[in-house]
Amino acid sequence: MVINAEQQRALLNESGLKMLSLCISQLEKSKEAFRNHDDDLAEEVIITETRVNALDLKIENDCEKFLALYNPVASDLRFIMATLKINFDLERIADHAYGISRYVVDEDKQITPHLFEVLNFDKMYDTIESMFENIVVAYEENDVKSARKVFKKDKILDKINAKSFSIIEEEIKKDNSLISQTLVLFAVIKKFERVGDLIKNIAEEIIFYIDAEVIKHQRKK
Amino acid sequence: MAKEITTIMEKIKDKKLDSALIEDDNSSKNAARIEAKNIKVWYEDFMAIKGISMKIKPNTVTAFIGPSGCGKSTFLRLFNRMNDYIEGFKMEGKIKLEGSNIYGKKLHVEELRKEVGMVFQKPNPFPKSIFENVAYGLKIQGIKDKKFINDRVEKALRQADLWEEVKDDLKKSALALSGGQQQRLCIARTLAVEPAIILMDEPTSALDPISTAKIEDLIFELKEKYTIIIVTHNMQQASRISDYTAFFYLGELIEYDKTKTIFTNPAKKQTENYITGRFG
Repeated sequence: MVINAEQQRALLNESGLKMLSLCISQLEKSKEAFRNHDDDLAEEVIITETRVNALDLKIENDCEKFLALYNPVASDLRFIMATLKINFDLERIADHAYGISRYVVDEDKQITPHLFEVLNFDKMYDTIESMFENIVVAYEENDVKSARKVFKKDKILDKINAKSFSIIEEEIKKDNSLISQTLVLFAVIKKFERVGDLIKNIAEEIIFYIDAEVIKHQRKK
Repeated sequence: MAKEITTIMEKIKDKKLDSALIEDDNSSKNAARIEAKNIKVWYEDFMAIKGISMKIKPNTVTAFIGPSGCGKSTFLRLFNRMNDYIEGFKMEGKIKLEGSNIYGKKLHVEELRKEVGMVFQKPNPFPKSIFENVAYGLKIQGIKDKKFINDRVEKALRQADLWEEVKDDLKKSALALSGGQQQRLCIARTLAVEPAIILMDEPTSALDPISTAKIEDLIFELKEKYTIIIVTHNMQQASRISDYTAFFYLGELIEYDKTKTIFTNPAKKQTENYITGRFG
């Protein structure tokens, strides 16, 4: 039997949700691995990266097929455009998770708990987690309100990131032996900040799909 | 360059996808505007059109879309009074062409059809030569000036993008042309009498993709001089060639807006369902 556009969309939506939960889990595990210097968990993230890549290719392929076979218009077209871009953003998030896990495996030093504390590392990740929760609700329930919540939260990440440089400078001045640890932690904070931007992009795409409203590149008022 | 980008971004910034301005000041002298007011049509007891009002701007291509039996072709044929001869046809409401009521008592249907040409679904050339086909409309108007007729025939064939293909075979039977060429010949026949409006009822549904593309290019070029209304079942065609799209359903005009709006963010759920193939 021929699969109609609606069924094909449902299948794509399912794959999109799978990708979303897989990438969230990848980032969560990479954070846990980094926080506790858990090599095994980091290895798991590294191995799972191939699954992310395979799902990324599958979604891209299905989107291409949908465009070629169904000539989508209106909400179908917005759906497919949003799915393609969200998929790209999620794959990038998973890449960051992979990068964080690589630090755990490649760097032998455990990070001093004090550094996590002063750099607000946990608050940063908790914010990301909460942004993901908003995105999942927005994606599953077509909830624009939930998608909009991430913009404010992204600013928290930006602030923590902006402060991190001077904090690290202070810590190094106090104790020279922390240089290599702080550099790694600084790199991970940068990655978290990028993840925040990518989640924001995803929220924009969800809003575009639901409301046909383009909100990216708007100047701050 | 940077300034241009800033200007574009400024325009995009505050708008939804469908909010581009509607411009209506590019009309050429030849094209006409149409206004239909509260049109109701019956065939015997069956009400085919249930009170439709719409304005069609000059120098635009307007696509009528909708499932079979929705009244789009009936509505199209009202503009050149093609329904008049159908048994049981009855109409209420007013249709104005450049302000004059085309169903008024003083109006001669023949005069109206000089202004409103029509191209049908199936190419319907007369069993005459290519030249005679195009000259037909002029001759029945009583024009005898040979040079005038020759010039008009050439002009119409050029406009219909057929001249280069047939200029050496003008005496050949029109029926020997391919389907795509026959349809362009029918368009040339319509153009020869220089109408203000061209009605097209699924003009490419019987043609292959190459001939369809030629007709679509032609429609795009013709809107510089004419007002074009096209009935089509091909959604991609409607979105490619028309400036405005009207969606009809069960004798009602459900939505009428800029084509870009209809195909990116239609206001009505019924329109969305139809154009995305979920019913129809």
